[in-house]
Amino acid sequence: MYRIPEQNLDRLFSLTAEKSKLYIPADTAAGTAQFMPWKEGLKLTDAHNTVRSAKDFFFPQTENLVGFRVEGKSIEVIDVREETEDFVVFGVRACDVRSFSILDKVFLADPVDTYYKNRREHGTILSLACNMPEETCFCGTFGIDCAAPGGDVQMWQTDGWFYLEPLTEKGNAYIDTVSSLLEECGGEAAAECRRAIDAVKKKLPLAGLTTEGFGGDKMAELFDSEKWGELAEACLGCGTCTFVCPTCQCYDIRDFNTGHGISRFRCWDSCMYSDFTKMSAGQPRLTQLERFRQRFMHKLVYFPANNDGEFGCVGCGRCLSKCPISMNIVKVMKNLTEGDQ
Amino acid sequence: MQVNNTEFKPKIVAFCCNWCSYAGADLAGTNRLQYPADVKIIRVPCSCRVNPIFILRAFQRGADGVILCGCHPGDCHYTTGNYYARRRMTLLFSMLDYLGIEKERTRVEWVSAAEGAKFAATMNEFVQTVTKLGRNRKLEDLRCRK
Amino acid sequence: MQEIMKKRASELLLDGTVSRVIGWKAGDFVYDITPAVFESAEEIEKDFVYTAFCGANLSKYLVKESKKPGKTLVFLKPCDSYSFAQLVKEHRVNRDSVYAVAVECRGKADVDKIRDCGVKGICGISEENGTLTVDTVYGDKTLPLSEVMLEKCASCKTRKHAVYDELLGEEGEEVADCDRFGKVRELESMTPEERYEFWRGELSRCIRCNACRNVCPACTCEKCVFDNDNSGIAQKAAADSFEENMFHIIRAFHVAGRCTDCGECTRVCPQKIPLHLLNRKFIKDINELYGDYQAGADPDTRPPLTDFRTTDAEPSIVYRRGEK
Repeated sequence: MYRIPEQNLDRLFSLTAEKSKLYIPADTAAGTAQFMPWKEGLKLTDAHNTVRSAKDFFFPQTENLVGFRVEGKSIEVIDVREETEDFVVFGVRACDVRSFSILDKVFLADPVDTYYKNRREHGTILSLACNMPEETCFCGTFGIDCAAPGGDVQMWQTDGWFYLEPLTEKGNAYIDTVSSLLEECGGEAAAECRRAIDAVKKKLPLAGLTTEGFGGDKMAELFDSEKWGELAEACLGCGTCTFVCPTCQCYDIRDFNTGHGISRFRCWDSCMYSDFTKMSAGQPRLTQLERFRQRFMHKLVYFPANNDGEFGCVGCGRCLSKCPISMNIVKVMKNLTEGDQ
Repeated sequence: MQVNNTEFKPKIVAFCCNWCSYAGADLAGTNRLQYPADVKIIRVPCSCRVNPIFILRAFQRGADGVILCGCHPGDCHYTTGNYYARRRMTLLFSMLDYLGIEKERTRVEWVSAAEGAKFAATMNEFVQTVTKLGRNRKLEDLRCRK
Repeated sequence: MQEIMKKRASELLLDGTVSRVIGWKAGDFVYDITPAVFESAEEIEKDFVYTAFCGANLSKYLVKESKKPGKTLVFLKPCDSYSFAQLVKEHRVNRDSVYAVAVECRGKADVDKIRDCGVKGICGISEENGTLTVDTVYGDKTLPLSEVMLEKCASCKTRKHAVYDELLGEEGEEVADCDRFGKVRELESMTPEERYEFWRGELSRCIRCNACRNVCPACTCEKCVFDNDNSGIAQKAAADSFEENMFHIIRAFHVAGRCTDCGECTRVCPQKIPLHLLNRKFIKDINELYGDYQAGADPDTRPPLTDFRTTDAEPSIVYRRGEK
């Protein structure tokens, strides 16, 4: 265990940024929190979590995959990939850290997504324990401990100090690069902080939410539930939940005609959209009810069915606070299992 | 005027209505009136055929200036098309200005079939204005840059 | 108010005047209220709410619901009633199959603004005489409602309904000192460079979730041009900053003259982009150039963009601005 006083945080940032790119969660002019490249004077946000999740670092919203240059009758294929530089992300929450392992299951499974892998290998994750979880937090439901957030280095902020504990080789390597600012210490303060967070966790309004009733073996009964109609009724069919979600990983690949060639890019897609997975025969899900059901079935049934029971949700609560009509996975879970108990 | 190859030559898209302005451009041609070759004319049935997407797409694909030419108000082949176009373009240009995009890059001129000279003069003047502004940076799509 | 509304909705459902009620349904945390369709008095009794967090405009749901057999009751706040009237005017909603109940509104609260005041872990909120008491995981807090109102309520133009079949509560007045164009004027007075920077800063946060479009009562196209592959401009995510500009300019333009300034776009934006400033710019320009116009205020007048005068200003008025 290592520690550094809060007032030295800027020095830690500047030393880190000397060696590699550094991103920290900070406030935009509009007061929304997002990960931004650190520069002198940029302050850590007070917000509990960023609006967009940290998945952007490995799975950006849009990304060029390949280019084609057309000249006369010849077509040249251009590899637009660039070797990613090392980067460090500071202050990732436990939920987002878990989301990376969920994304890994999708992108690092055969066939490996080399674009994703490239970034994944170069990123070092410094996670930060949640001293003040929001009422919308329910990571505990999925067995995530926001008091021990994981990642390459996990951190606690308490009594004017940041405590750092490296967990992986990358984490050790990071600690080495900034060791001049750190002092070694025992684990008591961090353990005390963990106990305090554990006490808060019990008070959270969604602490009692469980995954009981969901999972790969519940496919038929949940799919045919009559409650979907009522749940999906108000859904606007926008992609807010999908795009702020740390685990939503669907994308579309499109060609853009640049006038002198083609740029083939991929971008996030949302199963809530009417043109999602649209093929020559049309799209498979004709109404919003089916699209709505797909999103939650994917997270709560299909994903665990294919991934040894791991759910496709990390309980970060972003969809709870951002949905324009306040319909979300918690309401869906509660509603679907209502009457079961 | 000294011409050298490194000099900035703007790309101008001119939407011309079929009945007046396109004929006006034709007249400018048959009268051998000079206007820069940087002006690319796109013929439309009426000035009100042009919707804001056309204008923005032109900028996206590398235009540095976009001009819409139609029949004089009152002379529309379809009676009232250009009156609607006038309102639309006024509001659109005002919005572009509001977003901080140089307002001099967009223009509407009424050019009749008999006004070949006006067409050439308008284009000369517009190209000059846009040349002064330089390349369109604020409303370009970087992917379309060569 | 809530009890009066529940009682009246149940009555009308029971006597068969209406077959369904579009209202607001309680959530888990007081503020997370979902629009919902109620089909029985029991459902109304169980879940119907009308609180300081019922900001959602219900009028757009009528496009779908009013096509069902029987009458649909809808509760309309003053600003919602304009959206409703505009939808009727555009023949998107059949007036005869709707029973519009006007409800009074003193402004709705924005939970994001409450969070911006440093309030974390909100478990419950109660309102009394314009003061909100917020019960959180970390203790209680009180806040004046006026300081945490939704943007659309902070610049409310009228508390008077455009149209209704029945009024519950008291009819409000137009807000005399409403200055909804203040920020637009401020932007207009900046240099183009400053304006460009401002809008780049705002629009670059856009994640193209389409919430603004899908919630907008004026956006009722069956197939949006941005979703239509055949349009040539379909886009799912902004791959270049141009596409952010394009989407928001075109969307604002398409609702120009039809936008009632209900403010839903700004309310739902997950990235807090002040989208109403685009719509208000169009409204302000229309008012100045073509005479005052309020979309949804009356059923007869032609919207300014499908109308003209031979004496209209020339587009060159834009680049002569600020010359003098």
